[in-house]
Amino acid sequence: MSDPQPLPAKPAESPKSGRVPFPLTDEQRAREHLPLKRRGFRNSSMVQLTLVRFREFIREPEAVFWTFIFPILLAAGLGIAFRQRGPDKVQVGAVTSAPGSAVVIQSLKKDSTLVITAYDDSAAARALRTGKVALLVVPTAVKDSVTYVYDRGRSDAVNARVMVDRAVQTGAGRTDPVRTTDSYVTEAGSRYIDFLVPGLLGMNLMGSSIWGLGFAIVTARSKKLLKRLMATPMSRAQYLMSFLASRLVFLVLEVITLLGFGHLAFGVPLRGSLVTLMLVCVLGAISFGGLGLLTASRAKTTEAVSGIMNFIMLPMWIFSGVFFSSANFPRVVQPFIRLLPLTAVNDALRANMLEGASFAGITPQLLVIVVWGIVSFFAALKLFRWR
Amino acid sequence: MKLAAAHCYTETPSTMLATENSTLALRVQGLRKAYKDVIAVDGLDLEVRVGECFGLLGPNGAGKTTTIEICEGLLPADSGNVEVLGRRWESDAADLRELLGIQLQDTQLSEKLTVDETLTLFQSFYRNPRDVGEVIDVVELGEKRSSRVGTLSGGQKQRLAVACALVGNPQLLFLDEPTTGLDPQSRRQMWDLIAQFQAEGRTIVLTTHYMEEAERLCDRVAIVDHGHLIALGSPQELMDSIDVSNLPPPEPRKTSATLEDVFVSLTGRTLRDE
Repeated sequence: MSDPQPLPAKPAESPKSGRVPFPLTDEQRAREHLPLKRRGFRNSSMVQLTLVRFREFIREPEAVFWTFIFPILLAAGLGIAFRQRGPDKVQVGAVTSAPGSAVVIQSLKKDSTLVITAYDDSAAARALRTGKVALLVVPTAVKDSVTYVYDRGRSDAVNARVMVDRAVQTGAGRTDPVRTTDSYVTEAGSRYIDFLVPGLLGMNLMGSSIWGLGFAIVTARSKKLLKRLMATPMSRAQYLMSFLASRLVFLVLEVITLLGFGHLAFGVPLRGSLVTLMLVCVLGAISFGGLGLLTASRAKTTEAVSGIMNFIMLPMWIFSGVFFSSANFPRVVQPFIRLLPLTAVNDALRANMLEGASFAGITPQLLVIVVWGIVSFFAALKLFRWR
Repeated sequence: MKLAAAHCYTETPSTMLATENSTLALRVQGLRKAYKDVIAVDGLDLEVRVGECFGLLGPNGAGKTTTIEICEGLLPADSGNVEVLGRRWESDAADLRELLGIQLQDTQLSEKLTVDETLTLFQSFYRNPRDVGEVIDVVELGEKRSSRVGTLSGGQKQRLAVACALVGNPQLLFLDEPTTGLDPQSRRQMWDLIAQFQAEGRTIVLTTHYMEEAERLCDRVAIVDHGHLIALGSPQELMDSIDVSNLPPPEPRKTSATLEDVFVSLTGRTLRDE
């Protein structure tokens, strides 16, 4: 063969283990005493595994976008869309075919919260059907009488009925017996953006933990990388811990970017203790990490794990009060909704940020989070397929 | 009769090594492994000596990869004994993982990491590793040291996989089709690397479909089919055992048989599709 080196003499004695005599070269024997400490902190397997997680994340631009940029875009978009603009204008249609219509339209136009559009018969029916107007005012042949046409099941239509009627009656000369004045206030913390930002943070904690762990582990499994790593002396616990360790580092960045944006751009309040807030985030991220591990415990392909992840996350996006309050669901399902981990995280975040609740005030939610974490973690370890 | 008895002591040098030094790098006895509907390994016996380059040959589906993965501790056997470097997986798994270097047929290393980062990661698992730079030089990936794995060619990826096997400073190297799909240059480079590892007195078990490669590299080869051992010996011994004149007509006539002749005459000419 082309090897220029002479064969080294086969040493007769056994290596350090003393169990089986098989040859070691001098060079190897010299290495035998290379102290582990010389390797240093940076080259320890735990640090190396965690660094790999960082690198894989940072070098995946899509992942960075979904974790950091997307929640901010969403908060900005929804914050602007639902910003306080004074009361909504009510769209009303008036049918012009009847004789008294001019008088009625005259009185309606005095109310600035109403937007009046005049229609002939067929156009009016179409405007109502397509939702362009909430209500139709139809003056009748009889003097001083109108008919309101609207859908009684629509709250904006019922509201329009009240406002239109008031305008019509005062226009015709009705006077109110009681003098009233209005005093307006705007309370930070009661706006939609204040409700939304904690919900987005909770959703983000769930998403990055479940996606981050689930996808990375299943990818490693499907590429046989997990199997390859199992053939090394790598500690399995360290492998799993490295995901949590990197999650916790990115978590700090996620929380700071999203809450910082909400606070600076929209004045979303941070009324509770920041330490408690961070604790909720850390416990939430670890608990969702357990769920992520569970989703990844057996799936062999990324397609399969995507399905499982959506199956787990979709109900929580809907029920756990991310974009709208979970109080909208029927009372019978409320106890179940409260037991979902994302509900617990969202409720705890809102209680802390908006109401300034103390640690004791959010104990039930923290308990739900911790129990989910423990149960899913142990279930995951029990089910985990290393090959 | 006297002559025959004397002959026992003057057999091939490799046999002498085994009798002198009873140390075996690998001993497989009565190994059996069945999947749902196929018996992959059916009572296989193998012995690999320390310092040997041992080739495991066989058509697709013969049970080579299953055998190797059982020896690597990645698959449990249904029955049989496996002793690797005098240790057993049931009791000494942690020790064995330190001592073995493994290259699997279908591992895809993380594409986002560089060559250097990949090897530093693998190195960090071992108590007594080799220097990353040194291993990179051995597999001649110096120029690609800071390149992402995703940008490497097939041959370079394969060399990196072998580098990952070497970085733990193993005593026994398992290579599962290390040269499949490589160009002739990469293949020769891999051969040099294997020879160099063996020159350090360490043991290699490899599988290959290239008979020329087995002929050049291996001290001894085992041919397996349907999970059985059907031939065992040095390539020369196996080639000598074949009578060229008995080969069927399409095989080219030569003065002596090649290992490929041996392989085809033992395993037949039927296609094996996995």
